[in-house]
Amino acid sequence: MNIFTTEFILGHINYWLFIILMMTGLYIVITKGNLVKKIVGLNIFQTSVFMFYISMGKVSGGTAPIFPLDGIYDPSIAYSNPLPHVLILTAIVVGIATTSLGLALIIRIREEYHSIEEEQITILEDTIFRTEHLPTVGKDEAF
Amino acid sequence: MRHHLILRVITKLLVGTIFLFALYVQFHGDYSPGGGFQAGVIMAVGFILYGIVFSLDKAQKVFPPWLVHKLVAFGVLLYGGTGIYSILMGYAYLDYTAIDPNHPSHGQHLGILIVELGVGITVTGVMVAVYYAFAARTPVLSDEDW
Amino acid sequence: MLIVTALSVVKTRSLFAIVALSGVFSLLSALLFITWDAVDVAFTEAAVGAGISTVLMLGTIALTSRTEKQSQRSNLLPLVAVILTGAVMVYGTLDMPKFGSPDTPVQTHVGPDYLKRIPDDIHVPNAVTAILASYRGYDTLGETAVVFAAGIGVLMLISGLRRRRMDDNADEDPSDKRDTT
Repeated sequence: MNIFTTEFILGHINYWLFIILMMTGLYIVITKGNLVKKIVGLNIFQTSVFMFYISMGKVSGGTAPIFPLDGIYDPSIAYSNPLPHVLILTAIVVGIATTSLGLALIIRIREEYHSIEEEQITILEDTIFRTEHLPTVGKDEAF
Repeated sequence: MRHHLILRVITKLLVGTIFLFALYVQFHGDYSPGGGFQAGVIMAVGFILYGIVFSLDKAQKVFPPWLVHKLVAFGVLLYGGTGIYSILMGYAYLDYTAIDPNHPSHGQHLGILIVELGVGITVTGVMVAVYYAFAARTPVLSDEDW
Repeated sequence: MLIVTALSVVKTRSLFAIVALSGVFSLLSALLFITWDAVDVAFTEAAVGAGISTVLMLGTIALTSRTEKQSQRSNLLPLVAVILTGAVMVYGTLDMPKFGSPDTPVQTHVGPDYLKRIPDDIHVPNAVTAILASYRGYDTLGETAVVFAAGIGVLMLISGLRRRRMDDNADEDPSDKRDTT
Protein backbone atom coordinates (compact mmCIF):
# COMPACT_ATOMS: atom_id res chain seq x y z
CA MET A 1 0.00 0.00 0.00
CA ASN A 2 2.73 2.46 -0.86
CA ILE A 3 1.03 5.59 -2.14
CA PHE A 4 4.27 7.20 -3.26
CA THR A 5 4.21 5.89 -6.79
CA THR A 6 5.90 7.82 -9.57
CA GLU A 7 2.54 8.88 -10.88
CA PHE A 8 1.50 10.22 -7.50
CA ILE A 9 4.71 12.17 -7.09
CA LEU A 10 4.49 13.68 -10.57
CA GLY A 11 0.90 14.67 -9.93
CA HIS A 12 1.69 16.41 -6.67
CA ILE A 13 5.17 17.80 -7.12
CA ASN A 14 3.78 21.15 -8.26
CA TYR A 15 2.05 21.62 -4.90
CA TRP A 16 5.25 20.80 -3.08
CA LEU A 17 7.20 23.30 -5.16
CA PHE A 18 4.68 26.01 -4.28
CA ILE A 19 5.05 25.11 -0.64
CA ILE A 20 8.82 25.47 -0.89
CA LEU A 21 8.37 28.88 -2.52
CA MET A 22 5.83 29.95 0.05
CA MET A 23 8.04 28.87 2.92
CA THR A 24 10.95 30.77 1.37
CA GLY A 25 8.81 33.88 1.43
CA LEU A 26 7.74 33.22 4.99
CA TYR A 27 11.35 32.68 6.04
CA ILE A 28 12.36 36.03 4.55
CA VAL A 29 9.51 37.76 6.33
CA ILE A 30 10.41 36.20 9.68
CA THR A 31 14.19 36.46 9.72
CA LYS A 32 15.15 39.51 7.72
CA GLY A 33 15.09 42.80 9.54
CA ASN A 34 15.09 45.02 6.49
CA LEU A 35 11.59 46.25 5.74
CA VAL A 36 11.99 46.41 1.94
CA LYS A 37 13.21 42.84 1.98
CA LYS A 38 10.22 41.84 4.04
CA ILE A 39 7.95 43.30 1.36
CA VAL A 40 9.77 41.29 -1.31
CA GLY A 41 9.29 38.19 0.84
CA LEU A 42 5.59 38.90 1.12
CA ASN A 43 5.42 39.25 -2.66
CA ILE A 44 7.04 35.85 -3.12
CA PHE A 45 4.57 34.36 -0.65
CA GLN A 46 1.70 35.99 -2.51
CA THR A 47 2.88 34.80 -5.93
CA SER A 48 3.14 31.23 -4.69
CA VAL A 49 -0.50 31.39 -3.64
CA PHE A 50 -1.40 32.72 -7.09
CA MET A 51 0.42 29.82 -8.72
CA PHE A 52 -1.40 27.39 -6.49
CA TYR A 53 -4.75 28.79 -7.61
CA ILE A 54 -3.86 28.82 -11.29
CA SER A 55 -2.53 25.27 -11.19
CA MET A 56 -5.85 24.12 -9.71
CA GLY A 57 -7.68 25.52 -12.72
CA LYS A 58 -5.48 23.77 -15.25
CA VAL A 59 -6.94 20.85 -17.18
CA SER A 60 -4.51 18.54 -18.95
CA GLY A 61 -4.82 19.06 -22.68
CA GLY A 62 -6.97 22.11 -22.09
CA THR A 63 -6.61 25.47 -23.74
CA ALA A 64 -7.01 29.08 -22.70
CA PRO A 65 -10.65 29.96 -21.93
CA ILE A 66 -11.28 32.11 -24.99
CA PHE A 67 -14.01 30.99 -27.35
CA PRO A 68 -13.75 31.11 -31.13
CA LEU A 69 -15.34 34.21 -32.62
CA ASP A 70 -18.56 32.50 -33.67
CA GLY A 71 -19.24 32.10 -29.98
CA ILE A 72 -20.37 28.49 -29.99
CA TYR A 73 -19.49 26.40 -27.00
CA ASP A 74 -17.97 23.13 -28.12
CA PRO A 75 -17.98 20.59 -25.29
CA SER A 76 -15.30 18.50 -26.98
CA ILE A 77 -12.70 21.23 -26.42
CA ALA A 78 -11.33 21.24 -22.91
CA TYR A 79 -10.97 24.74 -21.53
CA SER A 80 -9.05 25.49 -18.39
CA ASN A 81 -11.23 26.78 -15.59
CA PRO A 82 -11.53 30.56 -15.99
CA LEU A 83 -12.73 31.20 -12.44
CA PRO A 84 -9.32 31.01 -10.70
CA HIS A 85 -7.94 33.24 -13.45
CA VAL A 86 -10.51 35.89 -12.64
CA LEU A 87 -9.79 35.75 -8.93
CA ILE A 88 -6.03 35.93 -9.35
CA LEU A 89 -6.15 38.59 -12.02
CA THR A 90 -7.79 41.02 -9.65
CA ALA A 91 -5.67 39.82 -6.75
CA ILE A 92 -2.47 40.74 -8.58
CA VAL A 93 -3.57 44.32 -9.12
CA VAL A 94 -4.85 44.62 -5.58
CA GLY A 95 -1.53 43.12 -4.46
CA ILE A 96 0.50 45.82 -6.18
CA ALA A 97 -1.76 48.49 -4.72
CA THR A 98 -1.27 47.18 -1.19
CA THR A 99 2.46 46.73 -1.82
CA SER A 100 2.71 50.37 -2.75
CA LEU A 101 0.89 51.22 0.46
CA GLY A 102 3.48 49.19 2.38
CA LEU A 103 6.33 50.95 0.60
CA ALA A 104 4.78 54.31 1.42
CA LEU A 105 4.65 53.27 5.07
CA ILE A 106 8.34 52.34 4.87
CA ILE A 107 9.19 55.78 3.55
CA ARG A 108 7.30 57.40 6.40
CA ILE A 109 9.04 55.13 8.93
CA ARG A 110 12.39 56.07 7.47
CA GLU A 111 11.54 59.74 7.90
CA GLU A 112 10.60 59.33 11.53
CA TYR A 113 13.32 56.90 12.62
CA HIS A 114 16.03 57.38 9.96
CA SER A 115 16.29 53.64 9.55
CA ILE A 116 14.48 50.80 7.85
CA GLU A 117 16.03 48.05 9.95
CA GLU A 118 13.60 46.48 12.37
CA GLU A 119 16.12 46.12 15.20
CA GLN A 120 17.27 49.71 15.13
CA ILE A 121 13.67 50.87 15.10
CA THR A 122 12.91 48.71 18.13
CA ILE A 123 15.91 50.14 20.01
CA LEU A 124 14.87 53.67 19.09
CA GLU A 125 11.32 53.07 20.23
CA ASP A 126 12.65 51.73 23.49
CA THR A 127 14.76 54.79 24.15
CA ILE A 128 11.94 57.11 23.20
CA PHE A 129 9.61 55.26 25.55
CA ARG A 130 12.11 55.51 28.41
CA THR A 131 12.88 59.18 27.94
CA GLU A 132 9.20 59.95 27.91
CA HIS A 133 8.38 57.95 31.00
CA LEU A 134 11.40 58.38 33.24
CA PRO A 135 10.66 61.96 34.42
CA THR A 136 7.17 61.07 35.58
CA VAL A 137 8.55 58.12 37.52
CA GLY A 138 11.04 60.43 39.19
CA LYS A 139 8.22 62.81 40.14
CA ASP A 140 6.24 60.02 41.74
CA GLU A 141 9.18 59.04 43.88
CA ALA A 142 9.69 62.59 45.01
CA PHE A 143 6.31 62.70 46.67
CA MET B 1 18.53 62.73 -17.77
CA ARG B 2 19.03 65.50 -20.25
CA HIS B 3 22.04 63.99 -21.98
CA HIS B 4 20.70 60.54 -22.74
CA LEU B 5 19.74 61.19 -26.31
CA ILE B 6 19.04 57.58 -27.26
CA LEU B 7 16.80 57.07 -24.27
CA ARG B 8 14.85 60.21 -25.06
CA VAL B 9 14.30 59.37 -28.71
CA ILE B 10 13.33 55.78 -28.03
CA THR B 11 11.00 56.85 -25.25
CA LYS B 12 9.21 59.28 -27.54
CA LEU B 13 8.61 56.41 -29.94
CA LEU B 14 7.60 53.99 -27.26
CA VAL B 15 5.21 56.08 -25.20
CA GLY B 16 2.76 56.48 -28.05
CA THR B 17 2.89 52.78 -28.83
CA ILE B 18 2.33 51.92 -25.21
CA PHE B 19 -0.75 54.13 -25.01
CA LEU B 20 -2.12 52.66 -28.22
CA PHE B 21 -1.54 49.16 -26.91
CA ALA B 22 -3.21 50.03 -23.63
CA LEU B 23 -6.28 51.31 -25.45
CA TYR B 24 -6.34 48.16 -27.58
CA VAL B 25 -6.14 45.99 -24.48
CA GLN B 26 -8.85 48.06 -22.85
CA PHE B 27 -11.44 47.95 -25.59
CA HIS B 28 -10.57 44.61 -27.11
CA GLY B 29 -10.51 42.89 -23.75
CA ASP B 30 -13.64 40.88 -24.46
CA TYR B 31 -12.18 39.26 -27.57
CA SER B 32 -8.59 38.67 -26.57
CA PRO B 33 -6.69 38.53 -23.31
CA GLY B 34 -6.88 41.81 -21.53
CA GLY B 35 -9.28 44.09 -19.77
CA GLY B 36 -9.47 47.03 -17.48
CA PHE B 37 -6.88 45.92 -14.95
CA GLN B 38 -4.18 45.21 -17.50
CA ALA B 39 -4.96 48.25 -19.61
CA GLY B 40 -4.83 50.49 -16.57
CA VAL B 41 -1.45 49.15 -15.58
CA ILE B 42 -0.03 49.49 -19.10
CA MET B 43 -1.36 53.03 -19.44
CA ALA B 44 0.22 53.94 -16.13
CA VAL B 45 3.51 52.39 -17.27
CA GLY B 46 3.44 54.75 -20.25
CA PHE B 47 3.14 57.79 -18.02
CA ILE B 48 5.74 56.47 -15.61
CA LEU B 49 8.22 55.87 -18.43
CA TYR B 50 7.67 59.40 -19.65
CA GLY B 51 8.10 60.73 -16.15
CA ILE B 52 11.33 58.82 -15.56
CA VAL B 53 13.08 59.67 -18.80
CA PHE B 54 11.97 63.27 -19.11
CA SER B 55 11.11 64.80 -15.79
CA LEU B 56 8.35 64.58 -13.30
CA ASP B 57 7.36 68.17 -14.05
CA LYS B 58 6.86 67.42 -17.72
CA ALA B 59 4.81 64.33 -16.94
CA GLN B 60 2.69 66.33 -14.54
CA LYS B 61 2.16 68.98 -17.19
CA VAL B 62 0.73 66.32 -19.51
CA PHE B 63 -1.33 64.61 -16.84
CA PRO B 64 -1.77 67.02 -13.92
CA PRO B 65 -2.15 65.54 -10.42
CA TRP B 66 -5.55 67.09 -9.78
CA LEU B 67 -6.85 65.33 -12.89
CA VAL B 68 -5.32 62.05 -11.72
CA HIS B 69 -7.01 62.33 -8.36
CA LYS B 70 -10.37 63.09 -9.96
CA LEU B 71 -9.99 60.13 -12.32
CA VAL B 72 -9.28 57.73 -9.46
CA ALA B 73 -12.65 58.51 -7.96
CA PHE B 74 -14.40 58.77 -11.32
CA GLY B 75 -13.55 55.17 -12.25
CA VAL B 76 -15.14 53.74 -9.12
CA LEU B 77 -18.14 56.01 -9.56
CA LEU B 78 -18.55 54.87 -13.17
CA TYR B 79 -18.57 51.27 -12.00
CA GLY B 80 -20.97 51.89 -9.16
CA GLY B 81 -23.08 54.20 -11.31
CA THR B 82 -23.66 51.40 -13.82
CA GLY B 83 -25.12 49.38 -10.99
CA ILE B 84 -27.31 52.27 -9.85
CA TYR B 85 -28.52 52.76 -13.44
CA SER B 86 -29.58 49.14 -13.65
CA ILE B 87 -31.47 49.51 -10.36
CA LEU B 88 -33.24 52.59 -11.67
CA MET B 89 -34.23 50.67 -14.79
CA GLY B 90 -35.81 48.02 -12.59
CA TYR B 91 -33.21 45.28 -12.71
CA ALA B 92 -30.86 43.88 -10.12
CA TYR B 93 -27.71 45.78 -9.16
CA LEU B 94 -25.07 45.43 -11.90
CA ASP B 95 -27.43 43.49 -14.17
CA TYR B 96 -26.31 44.80 -17.54
CA THR B 97 -29.44 43.62 -19.28
CA ALA B 98 -30.83 46.97 -18.17
CA ILE B 99 -28.68 48.83 -20.67
CA ASP B 100 -30.40 47.27 -23.66
CA PRO B 101 -33.44 45.31 -22.51
CA ASN B 102 -34.41 44.21 -26.01
CA HIS B 103 -31.07 42.56 -26.67
CA PRO B 104 -29.81 41.18 -23.37
CA SER B 105 -26.51 40.09 -24.86
CA HIS B 106 -25.90 43.53 -26.35
CA GLY B 107 -26.62 45.01 -22.97
CA GLN B 108 -24.19 42.64 -21.35
CA HIS B 109 -21.55 43.49 -23.89
CA LEU B 110 -21.95 47.22 -23.39
CA GLY B 111 -22.11 46.82 -19.64
CA ILE B 112 -18.85 44.90 -19.62
CA LEU B 113 -17.20 47.58 -21.72
CA ILE B 114 -18.36 50.39 -19.43
CA VAL B 115 -17.42 48.57 -16.28
CA GLU B 116 -14.00 47.65 -17.62
CA LEU B 117 -13.52 51.28 -18.57
CA GLY B 118 -14.26 52.24 -14.98
CA VAL B 119 -11.76 49.70 -13.70
CA GLY B 120 -9.16 50.85 -16.19
CA ILE B 121 -9.54 54.51 -15.26
CA THR B 122 -9.26 53.78 -11.57
CA VAL B 123 -6.20 51.55 -11.94
CA THR B 124 -4.45 54.06 -14.20
CA GLY B 125 -5.23 56.85 -11.78
CA VAL B 126 -4.07 54.99 -8.70
CA MET B 127 -0.82 53.79 -10.26
CA VAL B 128 0.07 57.21 -11.67
CA ALA B 129 -0.88 58.91 -8.41
CA VAL B 130 1.29 56.50 -6.46
CA TYR B 131 4.16 57.11 -8.86
CA TYR B 132 3.77 60.88 -8.53
CA ALA B 133 3.71 60.58 -4.76
CA PHE B 134 6.91 58.50 -4.72
CA ALA B 135 8.73 60.50 -7.34
CA ALA B 136 7.90 63.86 -5.81
CA ARG B 137 9.89 62.85 -2.75
CA THR B 138 12.87 61.41 -4.56
CA PRO B 139 15.77 63.82 -4.77
CA VAL B 140 16.78 64.47 -8.36
CA LEU B 141 19.78 62.37 -9.26
CA SER B 142 22.43 64.03 -11.33
CA ASP B 143 23.79 62.15 -14.32
CA GLU B 144 27.03 61.37 -12.54
CA ASP B 145 25.22 59.31 -9.94
CA TRP B 146 24.20 56.68 -12.46
CA MET C 1 14.28 28.41 -11.56
CA LEU C 2 11.69 30.26 -9.53
CA ILE C 3 12.94 28.58 -6.41
CA VAL C 4 16.55 29.46 -7.21
CA THR C 5 15.53 33.07 -7.66
CA ALA C 6 13.62 33.08 -4.39
CA LEU C 7 16.54 31.51 -2.53
CA SER C 8 18.96 34.04 -3.94
CA VAL C 9 16.68 36.79 -2.60
CA VAL C 10 17.27 35.28 0.85
CA LYS C 11 21.03 35.42 0.41
CA THR C 12 21.56 38.73 -1.34
CA ARG C 13 22.04 41.80 0.80
CA SER C 14 22.16 44.53 -1.79
CA LEU C 15 18.61 45.84 -2.00
CA PHE C 16 19.15 46.93 -5.59
CA ALA C 17 19.90 43.35 -6.60
CA ILE C 18 16.90 42.15 -4.63
CA VAL C 19 14.57 44.44 -6.55
CA ALA C 20 16.05 43.23 -9.84
CA LEU C 21 15.59 39.64 -8.68
CA SER C 22 11.98 40.25 -7.77
CA GLY C 23 11.41 41.54 -11.31
CA VAL C 24 12.97 38.34 -12.66
CA PHE C 25 10.74 36.36 -10.33
CA SER C 26 7.62 38.07 -11.70
CA LEU C 27 8.57 37.45 -15.31
CA LEU C 28 9.31 33.78 -14.63
CA SER C 29 5.98 33.33 -12.92
CA ALA C 30 4.28 35.03 -15.87
CA LEU C 31 5.82 32.41 -18.15
CA LEU C 32 4.55 29.72 -15.83
CA PHE C 33 1.04 31.18 -15.99
CA ILE C 34 1.14 31.05 -19.78
CA THR C 35 1.98 27.36 -19.75
CA TRP C 36 -1.04 26.87 -17.50
CA ASP C 37 -3.37 28.59 -20.01
CA ALA C 38 -3.90 31.64 -17.82
CA VAL C 39 -3.03 34.20 -20.48
CA ASP C 40 -4.86 37.07 -18.80
CA VAL C 41 -3.12 36.44 -15.53
CA ALA C 42 0.28 36.18 -17.20
CA PHE C 43 -0.38 39.47 -18.96
CA THR C 44 -1.20 41.20 -15.70
CA GLU C 45 1.70 39.68 -13.83
CA ALA C 46 4.18 40.74 -16.49
CA ALA C 47 2.88 44.29 -16.65
CA VAL C 48 2.60 44.71 -12.90
CA GLY C 49 5.62 42.77 -11.71
CA ALA C 50 8.14 43.87 -14.27
CA GLY C 51 6.79 47.37 -14.74
CA ILE C 52 5.24 49.05 -11.79
CA SER C 53 6.41 47.19 -8.72
CA THR C 54 10.06 47.46 -9.80
CA VAL C 55 9.73 51.19 -10.31
CA LEU C 56 8.04 51.67 -6.96
CA MET C 57 10.62 49.58 -5.11
CA LEU C 58 13.45 51.47 -6.78
CA GLY C 59 11.79 54.69 -5.70
CA THR C 60 11.63 53.45 -2.14
CA ILE C 61 15.26 52.41 -2.18
CA ALA C 62 16.30 55.79 -3.51
CA LEU C 63 14.49 57.35 -0.57
CA THR C 64 15.89 54.98 2.03
CA SER C 65 19.08 52.94 1.92
CA ARG C 66 20.66 50.63 -0.58
CA THR C 67 22.05 47.79 1.51
CA GLU C 68 20.70 45.61 4.20
CA LYS C 69 22.44 45.44 7.54
CA GLN C 70 23.37 42.07 8.93
CA SER C 71 20.86 40.81 11.43
CA GLN C 72 22.09 39.62 14.80
CA ARG C 73 19.34 37.20 15.57
CA SER C 74 19.64 33.45 15.34
CA ASN C 75 18.20 31.92 12.22
CA LEU C 76 17.64 28.47 13.66
CA LEU C 77 14.26 28.90 15.33
CA PRO C 78 12.57 30.54 12.32
CA LEU C 79 14.02 27.85 10.08
CA VAL C 80 12.54 25.11 12.24
CA ALA C 81 9.19 26.88 12.36
CA VAL C 82 9.15 27.33 8.59
CA ILE C 83 10.08 23.71 7.92
CA LEU C 84 7.40 22.51 10.32
CA THR C 85 4.76 24.64 8.64
CA GLY C 86 5.88 23.38 5.27
CA ALA C 87 5.74 19.78 6.41
CA VAL C 88 2.18 20.22 7.65
CA MET C 89 1.19 21.72 4.31
CA VAL C 90 2.85 18.89 2.38
CA TYR C 91 0.89 16.45 4.51
CA GLY C 92 -2.23 18.37 3.52
CA THR C 93 -1.46 18.06 -0.18
CA LEU C 94 -1.40 14.26 -0.01
CA ASP C 95 -5.19 14.29 -0.30
CA MET C 96 -5.20 16.78 -3.15
CA PRO C 97 -6.28 15.70 -6.62
CA LYS C 98 -3.65 15.12 -9.22
CA PHE C 99 -2.40 18.11 -11.19
CA GLY C 100 -4.42 18.72 -14.34
CA SER C 101 -7.07 16.09 -13.78
CA PRO C 102 -10.44 17.20 -15.19
CA ASP C 103 -12.70 15.70 -12.50
CA THR C 104 -11.58 17.61 -9.41
CA PRO C 105 -14.02 19.60 -7.29
CA VAL C 106 -12.64 22.77 -8.86
CA GLN C 107 -13.60 21.60 -12.34
CA THR C 108 -17.02 20.20 -11.57
CA HIS C 109 -18.95 23.10 -10.03
CA VAL C 110 -19.34 26.67 -11.21
CA GLY C 111 -16.43 26.80 -13.63
CA PRO C 112 -17.88 24.56 -16.38
CA ASP C 113 -21.28 26.05 -15.72
CA TYR C 114 -19.95 29.51 -16.56
CA LEU C 115 -18.24 28.11 -19.64
CA LYS C 116 -21.52 26.62 -20.88
CA ARG C 117 -23.59 29.71 -20.21
CA ILE C 118 -21.32 32.45 -21.47
CA PRO C 119 -21.88 31.98 -25.23
CA ASP C 120 -25.65 32.18 -24.79
CA ASP C 121 -25.81 34.83 -22.09
CA ILE C 122 -23.15 37.27 -23.01
CA HIS C 123 -21.67 36.54 -26.43
CA VAL C 124 -18.23 37.55 -25.28
CA PRO C 125 -15.46 35.26 -26.48
CA ASN C 126 -13.06 35.86 -23.61
CA ALA C 127 -14.57 33.92 -20.73
CA VAL C 128 -12.28 35.55 -18.19
CA THR C 129 -13.53 39.03 -19.05
CA ALA C 130 -17.14 37.88 -19.04
CA ILE C 131 -16.90 36.35 -15.59
CA LEU C 132 -14.85 39.23 -14.26
CA ALA C 133 -17.24 41.94 -15.26
CA SER C 134 -20.60 40.26 -15.38
CA TYR C 135 -21.05 37.17 -13.22
CA ARG C 136 -18.63 38.39 -10.59
CA GLY C 137 -19.33 42.08 -10.96
CA TYR C 138 -19.66 42.56 -7.21
CA ASP C 139 -16.23 41.06 -6.62
CA THR C 140 -14.65 43.29 -9.18
CA LEU C 141 -16.39 46.34 -7.78
CA GLY C 142 -14.95 45.44 -4.40
CA GLU C 143 -11.48 44.94 -5.82
CA THR C 144 -11.64 48.27 -7.60
CA ALA C 145 -12.67 49.87 -4.34
CA VAL C 146 -9.67 48.26 -2.62
CA VAL C 147 -7.31 49.63 -5.27
CA PHE C 148 -8.98 53.01 -4.81
CA ALA C 149 -8.58 52.85 -1.05
CA ALA C 150 -4.93 51.84 -1.31
CA GLY C 151 -4.27 54.73 -3.65
CA ILE C 152 -5.93 57.15 -1.24
CA GLY C 153 -3.86 55.67 1.57
CA VAL C 154 -0.59 56.21 -0.29
CA LEU C 155 -1.57 59.76 -1.13
CA MET C 156 -2.42 60.52 2.48
CA LEU C 157 0.79 58.94 3.75
CA ILE C 158 3.17 60.57 1.34
CA SER C 159 1.95 63.52 -0.62
CA GLY C 160 -0.82 64.89 1.57
CA LEU C 161 1.47 65.36 4.52
CA ARG C 162 4.05 67.01 2.33
CA ARG C 163 1.59 69.60 1.14
CA ARG C 164 0.46 70.36 4.66
CA ARG C 165 4.04 70.81 5.78
CA MET C 166 4.71 73.17 2.94
CA ASP C 167 1.73 75.24 3.96
CA ASP C 168 2.63 75.76 7.60
CA ASN C 169 6.29 75.12 7.17
CA ALA C 170 7.60 77.56 9.77
CA ASP C 171 8.85 75.22 12.48
CA GLU C 172 10.00 72.25 10.43
CA ASP C 173 13.23 70.88 11.86
CA PRO C 174 16.08 70.61 9.38
CA SER C 175 16.86 67.03 10.41
CA ASP C 176 13.99 65.97 8.20
CA LYS C 177 16.09 66.65 5.14
CA ARG C 178 17.09 63.24 3.99
CA ASP C 179 20.70 62.30 3.51
CA THR C 180 20.67 60.70 0.11
CA THR C 181 22.64 57.52 0.17
